[in-house]
Amino acid sequence: MVKAASVPRVWRDREVKYRLLGTYCKSCGKSHYPPRIYCPHCGSKDLELVKLPEEGKILHFTVIRAPPTDFEEYAPYIVALIELKNGTRLMAQVVDVRAEELKEGMEVEAVFRKYREQGPDGVIEYGLKFRPKL
Amino acid sequence: MVDTRKVYVLGIGATPIGEHWDESLRTLMTKAATSAIEDASIERKDVDAIFVGNMSSGPLQGQEHLGSLLATWLGIPGVAACKVEAACASGGAAFHQGFLGVASGVYDCVLVVGVEKMTDAITRDITAALIMADDQDYVAFTGVSFVGLNALVYKAYMDKYAVEQEDIALFAVHDHKQAVNNELAQYRRPVTLSAVMSSPLIADPIHLLECAPIGDGSASVVLCSEEFLKKYGGRDVLIEVSASIVATDKLSLYDRDDITTLSASVKASRKAYKIAKIEPKDVDVLEVHDAFTILGVIHLEDLGFARKGEGWRLLKDGELEIDGKIPTNTMGGLKARGHPVGATGVYQVFDVVKQLRGEAGKNQVDSPEVGVTQSVGGVGGTVVVNVFRRVR
Amino acid sequence: MKPNREVGIVGYGAYIPVYRIKDQEIARVWGRSRWPIEEKSVPGIDEDSLTMAVEASKNAIKRAEIDPKEIGAIYVGSESPPYAVKPSATVIAEAIGAVPRALAIDMEFACRAGTTAMQSVIGLVASGMIKYGLAIGTDTAQGRPSDELEFTAAAGAAAFIIGLAENSLAKVEATYSYITDTPDFWRREGERYPRHTYRFTGVPAYFKHVIGAAKGLMEEEGLRPSDFDYVVFHQPNVKFPLRVAKMLGFTEDKVKAGLLAHVIGNTYAAASLIGLAAVLDRAKSGERILVVSFGSGAGSDALSLMVTDLIDRKRVLAPTVEQYVKRRIYVDYSLYVRYRGKIERW
Repeated sequence: MVKAASVPRVWRDREVKYRLLGTYCKSCGKSHYPPRIYCPHCGSKDLELVKLPEEGKILHFTVIRAPPTDFEEYAPYIVALIELKNGTRLMAQVVDVRAEELKEGMEVEAVFRKYREQGPDGVIEYGLKFRPKL
Repeated sequence: MVDTRKVYVLGIGATPIGEHWDESLRTLMTKAATSAIEDASIERKDVDAIFVGNMSSGPLQGQEHLGSLLATWLGIPGVAACKVEAACASGGAAFHQGFLGVASGVYDCVLVVGVEKMTDAITRDITAALIMADDQDYVAFTGVSFVGLNALVYKAYMDKYAVEQEDIALFAVHDHKQAVNNELAQYRRPVTLSAVMSSPLIADPIHLLECAPIGDGSASVVLCSEEFLKKYGGRDVLIEVSASIVATDKLSLYDRDDITTLSASVKASRKAYKIAKIEPKDVDVLEVHDAFTILGVIHLEDLGFARKGEGWRLLKDGELEIDGKIPTNTMGGLKARGHPVGATGVYQVFDVVKQLRGEAGKNQVDSPEVGVTQSVGGVGGTVVVNVFRRVR
Repeated sequence: MKPNREVGIVGYGAYIPVYRIKDQEIARVWGRSRWPIEEKSVPGIDEDSLTMAVEASKNAIKRAEIDPKEIGAIYVGSESPPYAVKPSATVIAEAIGAVPRALAIDMEFACRAGTTAMQSVIGLVASGMIKYGLAIGTDTAQGRPSDELEFTAAAGAAAFIIGLAENSLAKVEATYSYITDTPDFWRREGERYPRHTYRFTGVPAYFKHVIGAAKGLMEEEGLRPSDFDYVVFHQPNVKFPLRVAKMLGFTEDKVKAGLLAHVIGNTYAAASLIGLAAVLDRAKSGERILVVSFGSGAGSDALSLMVTDLIDRKRVLAPTVEQYVKRRIYVDYSLYVRYRGKIERW
């Protein structure tokens, strides 16, 4: 188990990760995931917590075949750079599809899944992944 | 910027790179440091400050506080010392701190050491340590590996510029060819393009032989001021650090507009060239941080040696060779010389200085005067660009 | 049982994982020459009864068109929760945005837990204690390798939001519960796979309780099989629901719409509820539905529902059961045992 794994850390992030919360910059109009304190694009502090759209498209994707610790049992899996409907970009796994059938630009929607376990007797870390729109 | 003092490279030293079962983190860095001090022809007690570049001693070795550790093991406790970390650019960042130490006038003689001990850990733990170069909570959380991040860049590049993977994968072939004559290199045998393209996929489309290997090693450099030189004389050849600049970019790919360019490379290099009063065409020897073949190609573009989308042409046309327009990674680069992560930024300085001194043996470039090194942390989250000039 | 105030289903949703394994493939590995159903659903490695419940619940919320914060109770019925101790209900509540003010609990009664959750929530809404209640039946049922049940143990979830009748797409007319201590199927603490009692699970268990609950409800309400347009039974296979329908006097055409066992297997606590969702996906206003679940241990819930004219507008607001059923990726037995965690890696 990676030393970075901790229970408080998982708990602290739950709303953001379960419900896709981000921030919207009132100065430059860009949205970000995860929520920020300063806008990474224009540096403004004038940010508002928002719920991000759960639909988007795949920009680029890859298949992870040599996974890091705690992810071995899931390999191989697809990770993608995804652009949500409002332009916000984030990184997430893509599921329920074979890599050969996946195409850049494909429309996807968020689904609630397990990302990893902190060992067989530890907490389960959930989050949002994406799958081709039903 | 105020006027700073001139900084010179007085000595260099390095261990071979490989799976050093008999060497520990501390023995590696002590050996490299000793070697640089001897090369500089100074006493250990002449060192005013030590900067140790290292990325993952904590996660992989359970060891921090490398500055004090090295000072103790070198038998010179008392000197100023600290660990410097900037992910895979830790070596470059430590070098930059060393440069600042001398340029600012605070120290006269600085020892820079880059070190990484990776092979005590198993592959998946190393993979987990390397992704710490990106965001733990929102990127590492997805299970993406560092190779995976670069795979996204690779795809974006091939899509945007309509480039074939073979033309990029060639970078590995180039590096291996150069490493044949580098006795410190981890891999000293050539590889063919077909071997690279048929090696197993690690994160589509990146093949195993397109990735810098895992290895142990340490490289070290002694930097000094003009005053210090007057005391010691130094050697016949004098290498000046004409510029050392650091820039950052948004940490994660999802915050960037165009992932086919590392804006930190562009920023750092332009500023460094300006201070050193050079242009890309003046550069005689270049070290780029090719952790993956795609990065090698992108760096050539971002550092000003090719237009965006055309870096692969330099490679294909043989311009990166010893006798080419821009000899690059002449001692094997990250792919074949090796990439003990935090040490690499210093190995690059070692290799460039060897060239400028005329000590590169079979890989010697004809009378080089200006050398540039580029050390990259994460996928360009930090970039360090150093310019070296042979002044005598 | 009838609540004092009229309540009904204001939103419903289902979820079935994308993976399937053919029974013929399981038979191939164990050298069998016949099998009870065509194929069954297999949850992906990153799915569990909780993740499936979240999607089913979100679908129900889409149809209900309510703010999740108005959900006053979340009852999760499952025999395969990811934690033996730590409720799925709170994670689901966080994921849908129903926290912090809500009643939340996990419950177990084998394949009947979902309908029991529904009855509990009906009571809470009808009493005026809460405005909306979410009842979920969800399972990633485990089958012992080579056992009969491995041919049918599947995964799925269904969620129902109960509110006042005037906002509902189907009114709850009456319910009836029938229970006895009948050990037809069980799992002891610490055991990995359940035990069952082969033919004993038929007449003394499934049939006795399904018939008991169905007849009980119909007698109490003065209803006959001909008064119903659809009947959904718990479906551990295809034979049992068809046979009990016949025994009760329901024609086969009324059972078909809510019978999915042949293509998705037995989704345990979700089984009768996914069947109900499939019926709601096509039922017309004014039609009457009977749902009878069965959970080992043993007991059955019977519910009589009357579809309202809100159904046409509501059903298109979220994916239908058919959309999930026809979405398939087949796995062979080796991937199946890997996904189901049946291969010990430590």
